This record gives sequence, C-alpha cells and structure tokens, in this order.
Amino acid sequence: MFFPISNSHISPIYLAIIGFLIGVLGGFFGVGGSFIAGPALRAVGLDWNFAVGTDLAHIVGKSVVAAKRHRALGNVDLKLGLIMAVGTMGGAEVGAQLIQMLKRAGNVNSVVSMVSIIIYVSISSFMIWEAWRTLQYQKKRGPRTKVPGTAAKQDESSFSHRTRAIQKFHLWPMISLPASGVKAISLWVIILVSFIGGLFSGFLGGGAGYIRMPMLVYVLGIPTHLAVGTDLFEIIISASYGTFSHAIKGNVDILIALVMHTGAAIGAQIGAISTQYFAGPKIRLAFVPLPLIGAAIVIYTLVTGHKL
Amino acid sequence: MARATVTKREKTNTLRAFLVELAVYAVFVTGYFFLVLHYLSGWLQDLHLNHVKIYALATIVLIIGQAVLLESVTTWLLRLLRGGRSE
Repeated sequence: MFFPISNSHISPIYLAIIGFLIGVLGGFFGVGGSFIAGPALRAVGLDWNFAVGTDLAHIVGKSVVAAKRHRALGNVDLKLGLIMAVGTMGGAEVGAQLIQMLKRAGNVNSVVSMVSIIIYVSISSFMIWEAWRTLQYQKKRGPRTKVPGTAAKQDESSFSHRTRAIQKFHLWPMISLPASGVKAISLWVIILVSFIGGLFSGFLGGGAGYIRMPMLVYVLGIPTHLAVGTDLFEIIISASYGTFSHAIKGNVDILIALVMHTGAAIGAQIGAISTQYFAGPKIRLAFVPLPLIGAAIVIYTLVTGHKL
Repeated sequence: MARATVTKREKTNTLRAFLVELAVYAVFVTGYFFLVLHYLSGWLQDLHLNHVKIYALATIVLIIGQAVLLESVTTWLLRLLRGGRSE
C-alpha cells in the first residue's frame, strides 16, 4: 500500500503485525518497544527521520491508554511528571534538531543506525547482567525466600547509597515529592534526568523508557510502580511535543502510525493478560533477544542497504 | 488435582476467548483502516504539504482519538466475549 506522506510502499498487514508485537511487549514487559518499531520501519525502507517521528506519534496513542489505567491505580506523581515534561521536551527538541542536522548533512541513516546498535546492545547487556544477578541472589537465598518483588528490592538496596548521595546534593531550588516519598531533591537533578531521556526520545524515537525508567528508580529514588505510571504520564506530554516538532519538520507519517496503532491496541490487552501466567527474572532474560533483534535488523539494512 | 484441572480449563478458556477476540477485532480493524486510509489520506497529504502546523496538530488529535476509541472497542470486546469479566 502506498503512503503518500512518506512516499513509501508498505504492507498495512506488516504494520499492524509490528504494532501488535509492540503492544504485546508493552503489556507484557512494560516497555515502549521503540527498539523494534524503529528498525522495523527502517527495514521496509522508511528513512530514519520518518521512522523516529512516526514512532513518536504511535507512542502518544499507546501512552494515553496506559497512563489512564495507572492514574486510576494511583501510580502517577503529577508534580514530578509535570516537572519532568519540561526537561524531556527540551531534550526531545535537541534530539529532533540533531536529526535535522544529520538530515541536512545527508548522513542521518548511517549515524542513527550506529547509535541505535550501540544502545540496543547495551540494553540487552544490562538486562542479562540484571537478570543473572537476580537469579544468583535467589539461589543464595534458597527457595523459601523467593518472594515476588525480591529482585526489585535487592536492586534498590544495592543502589540506595548512590540515590541518597544524589538526594543530599543541595543545589537551589530544592523541592519535595510527597507522592513519591522524596523529602528533598534538587530541581536540576530532575531536569537533567528528564533531559537525557528526552534527548534519546527525540533522536531514536519512542518513549526512551529504557533509559528514563532506571534513572527514575536508581537516581531519583522513585518507587518502581510510581516510576512506571509517572513515566507514562510524562511521555504523553513529551511525546506529543516530540510528534508536533517532528511533524513540523516533515518527519511524521501519521497514516503509518494509525495503522500500527490498530495492532498495538489489541496487543497491549493480550500482553497484560499474559503476565498472569508468567513471572520472575527468567521473563527478563526472555526480553534480552528483542533489542538484539532490533540491532540485527539495523546492521542488516546498514551493511546490505536492502529492505527486508 | 481438582485445582490443576480448573487452572487448565481456565487457560483453555482464555486461549479460546483470545482467538475469538482476535478474529472479531481483525474484521473491525480491517474495515476501519481501509476507511481511514481511503478518507483521510488525501486530506492529510494536503495538510502535510500546505498547512504543516495544522497537520502537526491533527497528528496528535488523530492518534489520541484513535487510542481512546480502540481502547473502548477492545475493552467492550473483552467484556462481551468473557461474559462481563474484563480479564
């Protein structure tokens, strides 16, 4: 099927299936899936600037529904979300400007490909390390102590001294986040964390949850369930801004995003239901190949110059 | 033993419901995106070329509108096919 905005021929079935898979990933693993969406769009011949902008638009739709559910469960810190949105928008704009700069220089595809390969391989490496560490911990503690959430608590304790050090960093203005249980933290730390997330989001597309979520938990010390809900709420604002910014620069094919989202809507429901039947760090190990698949697709298109 | 049988039955029911949902949803979606692509394609291309700021706003309104609409459809489908239970 011909998509006139991006001047590309892509099967709508392919787009719906990709959306469906990303939806399942989102519901099951709690991730945005931009490490699959970007390479999957690139693999069918879409330029990186269109892949990034279109994926951002698709993320807006997914986040609205997910954030609505988390808000109902009381998992959203509105104050933190609104502050973070400011930093993320700044970062997303810088990311979008970098894409424009590379587009003008004529090397957007090669540079974004290289950066994405590094990021996707890093995510997989981190997941292997984290899951392996949790499995080792559970072995040491024995079967009796295998309680749901143990891994998260252990991660929190191993990083908590760093989190406390960051919270002691007094740079005016200091603010409190009562909903998240943070007594005082410098506004600039929150802005910096959200700016970095926004930069990745504007440059590689998607919500950049793979970088923002660990920073929320380990750097700002936000409880995990609140970090997930607040991140989603904040993504609605920042991804909407990113979509607007990329659309003005001519980088969004909304028809592709709409078709992808039809698959994502049902996939998200199925992914969420599936979590009832699976649990534990082995699930996180199952996640490891996914960013590597994204990296493999990018390497294939980069080396051969062929579409899938 | 009885509990295992119930769990197995629950899993089979979930799988069956999932397959029916997928089939019904596929019919809805196929019709929907042919309508969307047919009616919106020309208008959006014109906006993209001549009124880029309106196009940028339209992208956000369309994707949020579709998200809310499809969430209602999928939730309704789940309730309908599972006899009032959403999960």
